[in-house]
This record gives sequence, structure tokens and C-alpha cells, in this order.
Amino acid sequence: MSRAVPEIPVQPSDSELVRRARSGDLGAFEELVDRYERRVYTIARRVTGNEHDAEDVTQQTFISALEHLDSFREEASFSTWLLRIATYGALKILRKRKGLPTVSLDEAVAPDPDDDYAKIPHPEYVADWKESPEQLSQRHETQRLIEEALAALDEKHRLVFLLRDVEGLSVKETAEALGLSEANVKVRLLRARLQLREHLTRLFGDETRRLEPHRHEEEE
Amino acid sequence: MKCEELLKLLNEYVDGEVDPGLCESFEKHLAGCNPCQVVVDNIRKTITIYKNGQPYDLPSDCHQRLHDVLRQRWKERHPAAQR
Repeated sequence: MSRAVPEIPVQPSDSELVRRARSGDLGAFEELVDRYERRVYTIARRVTGNEHDAEDVTQQTFISALEHLDSFREEASFSTWLLRIATYGALKILRKRKGLPTVSLDEAVAPDPDDDYAKIPHPEYVADWKESPEQLSQRHETQRLIEEALAALDEKHRLVFLLRDVEGLSVKETAEALGLSEANVKVRLLRARLQLREHLTRLFGDETRRLEPHRHEEEE
Repeated sequence: MKCEELLKLLNEYVDGEVDPGLCESFEKHLAGCNPCQVVVDNIRKTITIYKNGQPYDLPSDCHQRLHDVLRQRWKERHPAAQR
């Protein structure tokens, strides 16, 4: 019996496509764009908050990639490089839109009372989620709710969450990108995480298994 | 541990970066506190859902405009190249 195995086309790696693009293969570059345009658009959309700016950032990101392809080090991760360009590009547009001249997106000049662990709202609705993140993000309806929860955060908390947790910048890189201290980053990150947790758990938590939040009043 | 101290450690615990000295104390608390365990799990899932979830679809025409712009730029940089 014939044991011919149908040839499954192997997807070229990003590195392979970069190599080809560098030698003038436009198709290879377009393939890279197709692979990452949604992720680039997503970070841009989440940071800037609107479609128009997000599209601008997306174009600028890929134009920048096109123009700097030669200086991209092959052994690095193309997606990381690309998404960093997108992240910083989105922050730049945000700054420009607000008329802020320098690095800091923080308009507060005096110490921000929000940057205080003592005043962070404690978890209220505590329950295991009914479904896994993977199952939840498959559905259009829940995806919309998820983005709404993110958009509901104060910008200063949302940006820290996006840079640190979603894009994987270090605390130090996040602090530098936003013109904050590392201590600010940490407390804002906690606020963002807890607020999102609260919002999403109210939506996706199993109400039949809801727990009373433990009030830790005394020293244990 | 007081609540505020617990909250402060929560970030680091989720990231797996707690000072070993504090970690033991925090883990001891967690072992006896189901709501806190669930909160930690909720947070991890929350991060996952944004990090690994579905990206936005590009608005209609955005994809086409993007590729048109890039093709144009490419031609400017590679005037002699064939497609």
C-alpha cells in the first residue's frame, strides 16, 4: 500500500521571512505584516483608545519595521521588536494628543493620592470563574466585555497594565516609558489588576461558588 | 499579616517574585485562606485573558490601506525590485 504522506506546507519562521524580506522579497514582508497586524492594532487600540489613532500607529509601526529591517538583529524576536515599536508609537501619539512635551504621561504634579496601598479597594466579589480564559476569549460577546472592562480603567492604571502585564515590559521599562517611579508602577499595577479582576469576576465568576472575601483585620 | 501588607505582596506573588523571607509568611496565609487563593487565581486568569486572548480585527479597509501604504514605501526603497 502506498504510504505517500501528503505534503503539509511548513510555515516559514519569522526569521526566515525577515531574511527573505531583507533580500528584497516584498511577499515575505507582507506575510509578516499579515501575521502581526492584528496584534499591533490591538496594542495601539488599547493604548490610544480609538480606531483612528490605532490605524495611524499600525501604519507607522510597519513603516518603521520596513525601514529598519536591516538593523534588526536576527537572533532577537521579531514579534517582540515589532510590538515594542507599536507600544512606544502608541504612547507617543497619546502624548501628542494631550499636548504633553516630554516622557511623562502623568499630568499630576503633586503626589497622586491614588498611589497609596492603603486606599486600594479590596476584593469584594470572589468566585472561581466558570470557564477558562481560552474558552472565554473564543466568544465575540465576551471579547467585547473584556475590552470594555479594560477601557473602564483610569488611563494611568490601564497603561501600566498594558505595558507590564500584556506587553511584558519590566517594571523598570514601564516606569521609564511612562515617566513614573518603579514604586508608582507597582501600586498602579495592583490597582489595575484588582479592578479588572473585580469586573471580570462579576461577569464570569460562578455565583454558586461565591466566597465571602476574608476581612484581614487582625494580625495573623 | 495585615490586609494592606497582603495586598502589597499580591503583585509580587502573582509574578513569582516575592522576597523569600516574606514568601513563606504569605504562602502560609494562602494555605489557610481560600478566598485569597481564588483572588490570586482570578488575577492570573485576568492577565492571561488580555495577554493571550483574541486580538482586535482590523476595521474594514484598514488592512487594505495598510498594505497599499507599505507597498508604496517598499517601491520607494527598492526601485529596481520586482514584486
